[in-house]
Amino acid sequence: MLPIVLLSVFGIVNLFLGFLRSNRVLLPFALVVLALVFGVNLLDWNHAGSITGLFDSPYVAQMLTVDNYSVAFSGIVLLTALVLLPFSRSYVVAHEPNLAEYYSLLLFSLVGAIMMVSYNHLIMLFVGIEILSISMYVLAGSDKRNVRSNEAALKYFLQGAFATGILLFGIALVYGATGTFQLNQLAANIAAPANASLQPMLYVGVLLMVIGIGFKVSAAPFHFWTPDVYEGTPTFFTAFMSTVVKTAGFAAFLKLLLVALPGTSAVWLPTIIAMCVLTLLLGNVGAAVQTSAKRMLAYSSVSHAGYLLLGLVAGRGQLDGPAAQAIFFYSLAYSIATVAAFGVLKLVSDQRQREDYAGLAGLGRTNPLLAFSMTVAMLSLGGIPLTGGFFGKFFIFVTVAGQGYIWLVVFAVLMSMVGIYYYLRPVIAMYMRPAEPGNDAPIAVDGFQAATLVVLAAISLILGILPGFFSGLL
Amino acid sequence: MLTAFLVFFPLAAALVLHFAKGSAARVLALGASLVELAVAAFAAFVFVRNGPGRFDLNLNWIPSAGITFHLGIDGLSLCLVLLTAVLVPIILATAFRHKEYDNPGAFYALVLFMQTGLLGVFTALDAFVFYFFWEVALIPIYFLAGAWSRSDRRIQITFKFFLYTIIGSLFMLAGFVYLYLQTGPAAGSLAAHSSDIQAFYTAGHQLGAAQQSWLFWLIFAAFAVKMPIFPFHTWQPDTYTESPAPATMLLSGIMLKMGIYGCLRWLLPVVPLGTSQWQQLVVVLAIIGIIYGAIIAIRQHDMKRLIAYSSLSHVGLMIAGVFSLKDIGLQGAVIQMLAHGVNVVGMFLVADAIERRTGTRHIADLGGLTRRTPLLSVCFIVMLLSTVALPLTGGFVGEFLLLAGVYEFNMWAGAVAGLTIIFSAVYLLRMYQRVMLGPPSAHSDTITDLSGAELAMFAPLILLVFWLGLFPGTFLHLSEPTISSILTAVGR
Repeated sequence: MLPIVLLSVFGIVNLFLGFLRSNRVLLPFALVVLALVFGVNLLDWNHAGSITGLFDSPYVAQMLTVDNYSVAFSGIVLLTALVLLPFSRSYVVAHEPNLAEYYSLLLFSLVGAIMMVSYNHLIMLFVGIEILSISMYVLAGSDKRNVRSNEAALKYFLQGAFATGILLFGIALVYGATGTFQLNQLAANIAAPANASLQPMLYVGVLLMVIGIGFKVSAAPFHFWTPDVYEGTPTFFTAFMSTVVKTAGFAAFLKLLLVALPGTSAVWLPTIIAMCVLTLLLGNVGAAVQTSAKRMLAYSSVSHAGYLLLGLVAGRGQLDGPAAQAIFFYSLAYSIATVAAFGVLKLVSDQRQREDYAGLAGLGRTNPLLAFSMTVAMLSLGGIPLTGGFFGKFFIFVTVAGQGYIWLVVFAVLMSMVGIYYYLRPVIAMYMRPAEPGNDAPIAVDGFQAATLVVLAAISLILGILPGFFSGLL
Repeated sequence: MLTAFLVFFPLAAALVLHFAKGSAARVLALGASLVELAVAAFAAFVFVRNGPGRFDLNLNWIPSAGITFHLGIDGLSLCLVLLTAVLVPIILATAFRHKEYDNPGAFYALVLFMQTGLLGVFTALDAFVFYFFWEVALIPIYFLAGAWSRSDRRIQITFKFFLYTIIGSLFMLAGFVYLYLQTGPAAGSLAAHSSDIQAFYTAGHQLGAAQQSWLFWLIFAAFAVKMPIFPFHTWQPDTYTESPAPATMLLSGIMLKMGIYGCLRWLLPVVPLGTSQWQQLVVVLAIIGIIYGAIIAIRQHDMKRLIAYSSLSHVGLMIAGVFSLKDIGLQGAVIQMLAHGVNVVGMFLVADAIERRTGTRHIADLGGLTRRTPLLSVCFIVMLLSTVALPLTGGFVGEFLLLAGVYEFNMWAGAVAGLTIIFSAVYLLRMYQRVMLGPPSAHSDTITDLSGAELAMFAPLILLVFWLGLFPGTFLHLSEPTISSILTAVGR
């Protein structure tokens, strides 16, 4: 609860800081705020509500629950934002006139993300998604003079608004069938025999909700906006979108299915399986045929939604069960690797003005650090051992196979073979292709960004070498 | 502790190496690999005196999934640990001689990183630890082979290599996950399962023949690509030829043994029924590989490529020996793993020495070199004769035992596999004749003989060739208990 309050308050304070002459104060301020909120969030670990008891009136507690699940996923989104911020440095240097607004929107959007992972009431889920999404619509269009950025914002907004409507309609139908927004109450009412006649309405409502959230996490066949929006959005915000939105979305998704809707798994399980197969196929094949590294990362983010959906397929039992553990670990590994990949890509595209693989050529020679952290990120996203991505996939696969879906795991393994193909392409470009003449100057990286990249690579490797620290956390 | 030190010391050295420059990097790399060799020798000494008990290392790794970080050394592992420890300093020294490699510190660091991966594979006693190191070994060799190669086709070639091996590995992972889920109770948390080697042996034995049948191929896929066995070999000749010499030595000298070791440790005892089902097919494929590799080797004009195909042919015999499931065949495979490692590294060392001096590996451009290079000629002929399996050399002991095993399995298979000795004599002696003897070439008057340092690189190899040839018992005694326990598990 306290993180939400702090983020909101500091978000507003940050807006006022925008009146200062200098942009330079904004980045340190945002970093300090995020670090503070990250720490405050951790205080709630195993102490559900006791630290923030001040805010735990019955009213609030019905709407939001603070438990290890929400603390863990809030931790991921806050950490992601924290390690992403240093890459916004070029906006500070460029005297971006709206910088304070951007940082405030980021802070506000995190409020939405935290509400999405700690909701206990469908309206809170909806409000959380909206807070996050509306911030993203604006940020997608933040490069106002760029046509593609405008297109991205419009596309994202229109399609997102539809998805929101569908989600809200779903929530309304579910409410109509069960008479409650409360997650636990929902599960109880669904199980009650008295409601049997309302089941068609309930089922339609559940499906519409699955579609609505499926859109937000860019699961196929609701992923069509992803590549264009990711490509058009300034790289910094793309990184934010593909990590924070996805992590919060899946945490919310899992909570919904596990806590509120286990009684309707006959409806959502086949749907999720079908979405999962489609997402893995379209994401991986789509990524394999791209020539732009940024579009590849966009499609790869779709494919990772597929692996996470795989985790939902195994979603049974409590919020501290193997499926939740697997999704937590996967989200963490994925977010860290994605931030590193987009971070390097942003540095490169800022200075070489290109986002395709050729833009990365020769980086192994000119910027060994960038090349190294990009390589670690690619290996992690590809799921190769020594990196967190391997254990992310591993836990998901084992959990799903343990539920008896061997064929689905085999399919996912085949798809990750495709993944290795395209994740190696940046690596090949960096180490084995010489840079184009005239475009081979070393990329300038300040010490802060370099340190962040080192930290990101280190986290990826720690997740890959000592997964035991994180795997049993929830 | 000794095991942990053996496995992770090279990695630690590689990390430090990153900060060293120039000759300091060279001294550090070589020093670390020699320390590693000394420790491996000490481990062997302890092993012979006290038995394998002290080498077990079992730490919690992923408690929530029942996975432990389990390493251990038995006789079989020790043989391969020693092979790795002996070859890595030589491979590093080969890299030192290539002044044209840019960023040499990173190159040495990757070789040492690779050593950690290899030693991890040879000592892992937990399926996922094994898989982990299996893939860890792939990452450095990918960069070693690709980033320092000067071939125009390096990108396609190394990419193909990486894709082939990782796809094979993913099949193995799928098989391991399946087996892992068969351990422990059916439902409940993952922590109830185990991936320890003993749990895998038990779980595998409980499965029916039908399940073992496809599990065999899932697991074998990774090993088949790595060794490589016909028809999974197509990445091999290109990769061997176009990689820089040290990477080729790592690939052929040590990495190839990962596949055979994997079969011995993780395939035969885990899915014994599957193994018996497919045993004959694998032997046939192996024998096709022997003949096929040998015939293509005869037609080669490039020294490295010739050795690559010859390696394919020799590996075929090792696979046939392993899948004969006879005691003598498996013993032969162990000795031949060591002998082949020594031989093939020696042969590539010769090829590299000639290429560095003359700038070519093309057999037709060479000739008459022996007049000015007596030392090189001697080293060359020793390595060559061991590869051809001349008695008194390691190659002879290995191939003899292997052929005896294959013969015991099936007389005709043994007879056809025996052609390998004749064939290898044909193509290797022809190569020697054309390169070292024969009419003088443009290089025969300017070529210089081996320097003292180079001779020092050959010396341990030559020593090992004769040690393996004269006293194979040293190593046979080490591996014998492991081999017989594997065969017991397979039910032979």
